Amino acid sequence: MSNLLKDFNQGIIKENPVLRLMIGLCPTLAVSNNAINALGMSVAVAFVLICSNLVVAMIRKITPDEVRIPIFIIVISTFVTISDYIMHAYYPDLYAALGVFVPLIVVNCIILGRAEAFAYRNPVMSSVMDGVGMSLGFALALVSIGVIREILGAGSVFGFQLYNSAVAATIMILPPGAFITIGILMAGLNKLENKVL
Amino acid sequence: MELFGIFFAAFLINNILLIRFIALCSFFGVSTKIDTSIGMSFAVIFVMTISSAVAWVLYHFVLFPFHLEFLRTATFILTIAALVQLEELYLKKMIPTLYRAMGIYLPLITTNCAILAVAFLVIDYRYSFLQSMVYSLGVSAGYSLAIILFAYVRERMLLAPIPKWFQGYPIAFITAALMSLAFLGFTGMFGL
Repeated sequence: MSNLLKDFNQGIIKENPVLRLMIGLCPTLAVSNNAINALGMSVAVAFVLICSNLVVAMIRKITPDEVRIPIFIIVISTFVTISDYIMHAYYPDLYAALGVFVPLIVVNCIILGRAEAFAYRNPVMSSVMDGVGMSLGFALALVSIGVIREILGAGSVFGFQLYNSAVAATIMILPPGAFITIGILMAGLNKLENKVL
Repeated sequence: MELFGIFFAAFLINNILLIRFIALCSFFGVSTKIDTSIGMSFAVIFVMTISSAVAWVLYHFVLFPFHLEFLRTATFILTIAALVQLEELYLKKMIPTLYRAMGIYLPLITTNCAILAVAFLVIDYRYSFLQSMVYSLGVSAGYSLAIILFAYVRERMLLAPIPKWFQGYPIAFITAALMSLAFLGFTGMFGL
């Protein structure tokens, strides 16, 4: 049980995919211009990551070592296609906002990285827990960037208006705002870490 | 004129790295030296043009007529991975000088999401074959421009006094933000 908890915890802060490992950056910056898009993207990535970790861990004993990467890619792209179609059918607005980044989940380094580094070497339960933890870490980074950018750039959070959007710094919801936010967040995390250690 | 518009929209206005945020891993990963970013740029121009041509043909002549659009994601990524291997073998045998110039960057390209993104985008935008060729040339030229400029800035930054917490990636992100701001200024150019 404690092992499972460890697998779960690792992804959230210590090996946070976005802020610590610097992977999965493209969707993080591109869809974080408001909190709802960020949440939608996190859910899609979580679905794909957990399912692909599950399947990769299940078939790891019968997967030939030489062709494992193409097999992982096929497993991942199957789940990406499923989430792509579900989102297109039930959440057309979100689908339009996320655009090409939904099919691009297939090349998100987090998912292939976890399949190769974790699920291929560990039993089913711990792989699922690793998937859940990693997706939570990704969601945490993505949604906090989304919330910061939406508050500063549009004066709202999850669509609720907090103050007059005419005085908000529009630059924060434009592309440069994404780079600024993540740069300052990383610097803050560096400072925190130095203080704790 | 329309092709000209497509090229410049892809090259400057919707710059793939700084405005659309695709392929950022390589943007931060290989831009520490000017040489490596030039090598990567050539590899991207080469692979992107060929693979978006192949993806366009595959979609319009195989997937679409047989109603297999749902296989798009899986087909494109496997095709591109195989294509990169083929190109590597071909270059090694036929044009060894070019192979040496961009050798190690070719395998890295398989995981470069810009290649796959352009393959999807030319389908989503319903471009004709010629338009999609011009579009992928524009995108890869924009990629090269952004990554080479960024590499020049990063080399200069090594000598600059930077606050301790901002050293490394944080300052790289702030730099990218300023470059992105500059590229935002192209919005509305040529009435696009």
